[in-house]
Amino acid sequence: MNKDIKLRNFHEAKWDEPIIFELSTKGQRGILIPELEKEMKEQIGEINNLIPEKMMRKIKPALPEISQPQVLRHFLRLSQETLGQDINIDIGLGTCTMKYSPKINEQFVRYHKFSELHPLQDEKTVQGILEIIYKTENMLKEISGMDAFSFQPGGGAQAVFSNASILKAYHSDRGEGEQRDEIITTFLSHPVNAAAPRTKGFKVITLMPNEKTGYADLEALKAAVSERTAGMFITNPEDTGIYNPLVKEMIKIVHDAGGLCIADQADANGLFGMTRAKEAGYDMCHFNLHKAFASPHGSMGPCCGAEGVRNFLTKYLPVPVVKFDGNRYSLDYDKPDSIGKIREFYGVISVVLRSYAWIMSIGADYLKEVSEISVLNNNYMMKKFLTEVKGISAPWAEGLYRMEQIRYSWAKLKNDTGVTTDDIDRRCGDYGVQGYFQSHHPWIIQEPFTPEPNETFSKMEINEYVNIFKKISEEAYENPELVKTAPHNAPISLIKKEIISNPKDLIVTWRVYKRKKGIDQAE
Amino acid sequence: MEKAKRIAHPYMPNSVETIKQEMLNEIGVDSIEEIIAYIPEDQRFRGKMNLPEPLLSEIELKDHMEEILEKNTSCKDNLNFLGAGCYRHYVPAICDEINSRSEFLTAYCGETYTDHGKCQAIFEFTSLMGELVDMDVVGLATYDGGQATCTALRMAYRITGRTELLVPRTMNPEILSQLKNFVDFMTITFINYVPITGQLDLNDLRSKISDKTAGVYIENPSYLGFIEEHGEEIGKIAHENGAIFVVSADPSSLGILESPVNYGADITCGDIQCLGMHMGYGSGLSGYIASKDDPKYIMNFPNHFYSLYENDKGEFGYARSLNERTSYGSREKGIEYLGTNTGLWAITAAVYLSLMGPEGMYDLGKNIIYKSKYAVKVLSEIKGINVLFNNSSNFKEFILNFDETGKTVEEINNELLRLGIFGGKDLSKDFKELGNGALYCVTELTKKKDIDKLAGALKDIVG
Repeated sequence: MNKDIKLRNFHEAKWDEPIIFELSTKGQRGILIPELEKEMKEQIGEINNLIPEKMMRKIKPALPEISQPQVLRHFLRLSQETLGQDINIDIGLGTCTMKYSPKINEQFVRYHKFSELHPLQDEKTVQGILEIIYKTENMLKEISGMDAFSFQPGGGAQAVFSNASILKAYHSDRGEGEQRDEIITTFLSHPVNAAAPRTKGFKVITLMPNEKTGYADLEALKAAVSERTAGMFITNPEDTGIYNPLVKEMIKIVHDAGGLCIADQADANGLFGMTRAKEAGYDMCHFNLHKAFASPHGSMGPCCGAEGVRNFLTKYLPVPVVKFDGNRYSLDYDKPDSIGKIREFYGVISVVLRSYAWIMSIGADYLKEVSEISVLNNNYMMKKFLTEVKGISAPWAEGLYRMEQIRYSWAKLKNDTGVTTDDIDRRCGDYGVQGYFQSHHPWIIQEPFTPEPNETFSKMEINEYVNIFKKISEEAYENPELVKTAPHNAPISLIKKEIISNPKDLIVTWRVYKRKKGIDQAE
Repeated sequence: MEKAKRIAHPYMPNSVETIKQEMLNEIGVDSIEEIIAYIPEDQRFRGKMNLPEPLLSEIELKDHMEEILEKNTSCKDNLNFLGAGCYRHYVPAICDEINSRSEFLTAYCGETYTDHGKCQAIFEFTSLMGELVDMDVVGLATYDGGQATCTALRMAYRITGRTELLVPRTMNPEILSQLKNFVDFMTITFINYVPITGQLDLNDLRSKISDKTAGVYIENPSYLGFIEEHGEEIGKIAHENGAIFVVSADPSSLGILESPVNYGADITCGDIQCLGMHMGYGSGLSGYIASKDDPKYIMNFPNHFYSLYENDKGEFGYARSLNERTSYGSREKGIEYLGTNTGLWAITAAVYLSLMGPEGMYDLGKNIIYKSKYAVKVLSEIKGINVLFNNSSNFKEFILNFDETGKTVEEINNELLRLGIFGGKDLSKDFKELGNGALYCVTELTKKKDIDKLAGALKDIVG
């Protein structure tokens, strides 16, 4: 068999696994707490005397009672019904940079000299981890051109919120806090670039893309800025993978109006060593260390949004910051202008630790190559998709190359066959690859599909990936029902019900399900 | 870059020159530079990033990392009495086993079908937490307990339309700092405590609450370790004034202490780090928010809900639901903002609660209550040391005051450190009125002999 055109005869594990509560048998125990020392118990007396009566729990929580092997087996089965990056060609989740997270780095975060560190230990006892935080900050400064970083935000969205908080503090200090109450973003920037500044109290102006170029026109921005402009929050490249060459001019327009410019660099994997936030003229940025910097995504976190700022904004960063006097690392809380805490303690340092290890294993030359290969992979894949797969297109910026990802459209295929991007998304799992990211809402490119073949996927895997969609496209044209009724090889079959729109129909706990079904609570 | 000598990086399969060339040929260009030529020159970075030379072999990388990590000394190497928002509980081996699984560790936002197992595990997390806090609606895990408090109190604003919050003066200062930034348009007012007991001063609460109050907030057990006994009265006062009663509760206490909903809480929140997460220098934190099954609460959660669906074959599936409520669905019109949080910790907490069951959670709570009482008893017998709020019951934490010893907490902690003991968190900056005090913590991992050792050491230091 030609390994380049192989399609797998795949079926995901299907365990038909009960809900954990259904495994409960009264009296079983999963793990035990040591008995209290007899002497201590005798000295202290009865438990009822140690807790105010009304604070004693009257009815024990109705948690399941299950022995240890059965708990393990249950969750192992659920893990098998999950397509992690490690076991599939996870190109589909574009904008997420599903890259290989080196296994060696797991050993570091699970070593007790990291995992058993309490965040309030004396600085003398944590010099190693402070060194890693300090050095990672230095490396990110070099990679972005920014002057200082904080790792406190627990994700990219929280980093945008933290940057919005700094933006507000900056204008307030200049006496323009109330006047400058608007931020500008673009429609294809990540939703959080609108939502986080809004949460901080800013009004949001959204620029629409020019349908030919894929990015907003300068005239639209010029019309949007005013003395009320606090700043601009944008993603570049946006999820379309189109690099916006006007960004420097956009930044100048906002600066001239008195606003600051904030880059969402969650999608930085195509930019390393090619262009930096500094050269473009940004005042703040953030990286998602769990994306381009190779920390695993952990079933949606924990993660780290590293926020970087230029010198004139460093005084606003969350406290504390790590300092080094040439001899000793320390935590500095003495920053009266700081926005305070964004997350408790110092952020998700396990992610920083993994990213430090990754950068140390990559270095400057290979870091640039990370981006070069990401761009190469994406354009190679685009060529194949557009020439080999019927019914797909790459709207906007026709004929131009893309950066590290791309937003395709299945509009033609839907028009021809009735098969939607939802159907294809479900069907691709049948061939052993993760369902894909379509688009944030609302859709502006119809029937969207946003893959990102980062540098850790091989040419052979990219070929396999394209072949899967070539096959699905053929199925759509020849036997659309097969695709519409997918999945067929997944842990469960199609759930045909419409997604609920009434909160009264929400079921996020087993107790609510049982109540709605009239199942006896005491069962 | 000397291409001829270049080694293909182990993490990058296509860094082999011949493969690159094949791919360039397929695209129809001569170089990658040609592809990225549309980045304007004035935005190009033409320098070389000043980064350390790469440690390409795993052996060198491991040596390097271990050399740095060896500079740390951990709570495993020492006797730890630090808590204050991050706790050293026992982590069952199965928790580590499950959250090390590649499938969970490296999954992300896959949905109903391909990540069915992950979705079920998340549904089980919300279901198990629902039983622990005795409430029907639980959101996905938040960044940390601090963010859970911030969102819960902002929910109170959204539900009532009011902009004043009443919080205890004993509130966790880190969370207070987060809150001040998160709701900077709201007024935060402290409610005093009764000096001898630490309990919320109900008269002060009555005098400060009004028809402008959006939410009344307490932490139970409090940040300073005592059990707040007047939840029911506090909730009643809040409700009489049309305010939402928000309680942050430590899940490790809820096997034995009453769940806040049963003394009137409308929203319960807190941190789940205690449910199977290692401390990891604060990395293990993760928050929960629970509410009643009421649309006005449900529609004010900012995070995804994975609702249960059943198909005609009787199979369960889980899908993100009520999405227009979120910023993913409605950008700036959504509730707050939404991003990746702490999914792996939610799955781990589900494993933990499944292992512990009702009896395990009861035993855990009981164990900690006894340890706390024993520590308070033994340490209060030391001349010069006073246990504050001694008239209240404690869970996990308590304050030692060293005013009569003539030594500062810093001096005492330095001496303890020499003996391999991590003393309590210095409170003298955040709670000046408590004098020269430190917040000490015991858990089920603390043995009687550990407390006796601490007592002996403190006796020598202050004696």
